[in-house]
Amino acid sequence: MQLELSAEDAAFRDEMRTFFTTEVPQEIRDAVANRRELTKDQIVESQRVLNAHGLAVPNWPVEWGGKDWSPLRRHIWHEEMQRADVPAPLAFNASMIGPVIAHFGSQEIKERFLPATANLDIWWSQGFSEPDAGSDLASLRTTAVRDGDEFVVNGQKTWTTLGQYGDWIFTLVRTDPDVKKQAGISMLLIDMTSPGLTVRPIELIDGGHEVNEVWFEDVRVPAENMVGELNSGWTQAKFLLGNERVGVAPVGATKRVLAQAKEWARETGQLDDLLTASRVAELENELLALELTALRVVAHSADGKPHPASSVLKLKGTELQQAVSELVVDLAGPASLASGAGDDSDLPWWSRRATPAYLNLRKASIYGGSNEVQRQIIAKTILGL
Amino acid sequence: MDFTYDEEQQALREAVRGLVGKAYSDYEQRRQTVAADPGFDEAQWGRMAEMGLLGLPFSEDDGGVGAGPVEISIVAEELGRVVAPEPYLTSVVWAGGLVSAVGTAEQRAEVLGALSAGESVLAPALAEPGRRWTNDATAVTASVDSDAWTLTGTKEPVPQGARADVLVVSAMLPEGGTGLFLVAGDAEGLTRTGYATHDGGRAAKVTFDGTAATPLGEPGADVAASIATVTDLTRIMACNEAVGAMETALRTTSAYLTSRKQFGVTLNTFQALTFRAADMYISLELAKSLAVWATMVVGSGSPAEIAEASQRASLQVARAGRHIGQEAIQLHGGIGMTAEYSIGAYTSRLTALDHLLGDATFHLRSLAAAVGDHAEVDPLP
Repeated sequence: MQLELSAEDAAFRDEMRTFFTTEVPQEIRDAVANRRELTKDQIVESQRVLNAHGLAVPNWPVEWGGKDWSPLRRHIWHEEMQRADVPAPLAFNASMIGPVIAHFGSQEIKERFLPATANLDIWWSQGFSEPDAGSDLASLRTTAVRDGDEFVVNGQKTWTTLGQYGDWIFTLVRTDPDVKKQAGISMLLIDMTSPGLTVRPIELIDGGHEVNEVWFEDVRVPAENMVGELNSGWTQAKFLLGNERVGVAPVGATKRVLAQAKEWARETGQLDDLLTASRVAELENELLALELTALRVVAHSADGKPHPASSVLKLKGTELQQAVSELVVDLAGPASLASGAGDDSDLPWWSRRATPAYLNLRKASIYGGSNEVQRQIIAKTILGL
Repeated sequence: MDFTYDEEQQALREAVRGLVGKAYSDYEQRRQTVAADPGFDEAQWGRMAEMGLLGLPFSEDDGGVGAGPVEISIVAEELGRVVAPEPYLTSVVWAGGLVSAVGTAEQRAEVLGALSAGESVLAPALAEPGRRWTNDATAVTASVDSDAWTLTGTKEPVPQGARADVLVVSAMLPEGGTGLFLVAGDAEGLTRTGYATHDGGRAAKVTFDGTAATPLGEPGADVAASIATVTDLTRIMACNEAVGAMETALRTTSAYLTSRKQFGVTLNTFQALTFRAADMYISLELAKSLAVWATMVVGSGSPAEIAEASQRASLQVARAGRHIGQEAIQLHGGIGMTAEYSIGAYTSRLTALDHLLGDATFHLRSLAAAVGDHAEVDPLP
């Protein structure tokens, strides 16, 4: 047992640190540090800088631009990125559909989509959840019926994050209604400019427009756009969701916000208050425990399969992310009410952004497999209950 | 960075697990052992000495084995798994650690040699009535008369204070500061009133009345800083012991949920219960991460870094210990309240560990006071 990184891994960390703090435009990093919503162009630009240096999709197979890194190096890459306030590569592309296409897609589909996906030339949206299929995803009802060389898709998807920017959407559709629900699902890639496809915004509790409904009315999709075999979509879905869970423990980003919160607490004289200081200290300690747990998990997941304890990371990671956003709202106090004020307000920017950020982050314990689903996974697969 | 045991450490773990498992994997054996004084099995203590466990932390020159913190943590964790009542933490890690840190070469060889050989039990006589986890002493005062030192005052609770062959006592020095002293268990002017503690252990009120004592190390030197560092190390090992106890508490609870039937089905049918067990697992994993980390800091860190690591690990483990200990009983229901069944002993031991060395509030207070000193906490050096 030893705590120090090996000389090679320490050099790798320095290399990543230098890259993220010098190559990604300062303006984009400032926007992240200032908890501002990024524009589409900023997200695209940042990912293209990463991709130009071969650092956008390290988790993919090497032949498609991935790096054959150890889990520890991938972890360091991710942590240093967050530490430098660099936005992560778009999850729908880099963590979700990219690995699925690389693993299950035909050579033709790989060549057609993977380079454009890595470079964010295609912006992917996710079409999984439906109004009646949330945690029980397999009960989805959007249908795809074969008609010659095409499928005809009808139904509704929801919670499609940033769907307003989407060029393509990867969907789970029902292709056989007469078998066990998991056995009749396929994965289809659909061009979002197709006739009959409509994106409608959903306004969220923070006042923002982040998610959408996507409606399909007789949308015709070429049969060649299916990833994997007909009716094998549940396999791809489980593969994708397994990857998603690993990617959502935002340790570094939460640490950054907590460090900022401490600064704001100091500026407003609240850090001298023992109740506030102990709340901060307790959060810091839990974050440290989470970070070390993440390190233990990456150190033990050499075979590429997610460590069972990755459910702990998702669950605790999102809880702490929420708890830190809650701390910031409370530090802002009455100034947090001024969430609609512009820059001519006398109140500090962070206090004006505190509540929308807090409200927005309530989503974190719901997406990526709700935290109750994670408890189910822990109880069943780890504790054998 | 490496979180795994090497082959020798794995072998040590297997050996210790075998030794303590043979003695206490049947909970009834543990129950019988703690029922009679001195609250542990002298023969088992001897076997631990034979395996080299009692001399693990001490240098070979002092009659020990010269192992590192990881090895000590392995022993602590395995003892925790079966709530073994042998006073490893207090006698070897804490009292022995004080002798190792402060004693002269001669004292170390004599006292630690006997401790390592299983011939002598030490007791750390540090706690004072009315005070909470301090490194200095005020309730016992030291006097010197032409090189002859005596102690006067009261220490309580002293772990294994009645059974101990040698007491390691902190006392206020004539010129101020805190010194450490060795006092023989049979010294004149020493009154020891022993009693059982709730976790099956033993402690004592120890009264000194002009009792002859030998200064540990240089006579008259203030060693409060050494007491602090050894206590921090002991805290980290207590965290490892607690991790072992929490693992068993959770495993026992899970096993109970899958076997106990009510309403015609096993309890794990009820999500209200399984979700609570899942939360226990989360507490355990987070606590284990900090215990392992703090153990590694002992190997490479400065005293200040070790102190901070011990506070961080102790806080997390204290919270987890309360959570897991309480839920383990609740998920068992009535059977969890009985002395005959094992689970309550785990909760009791976890509670005792908390109060032996400093509870969550105590450590959080230190961390809160220092929270403005750094921007972020970075676990890697």
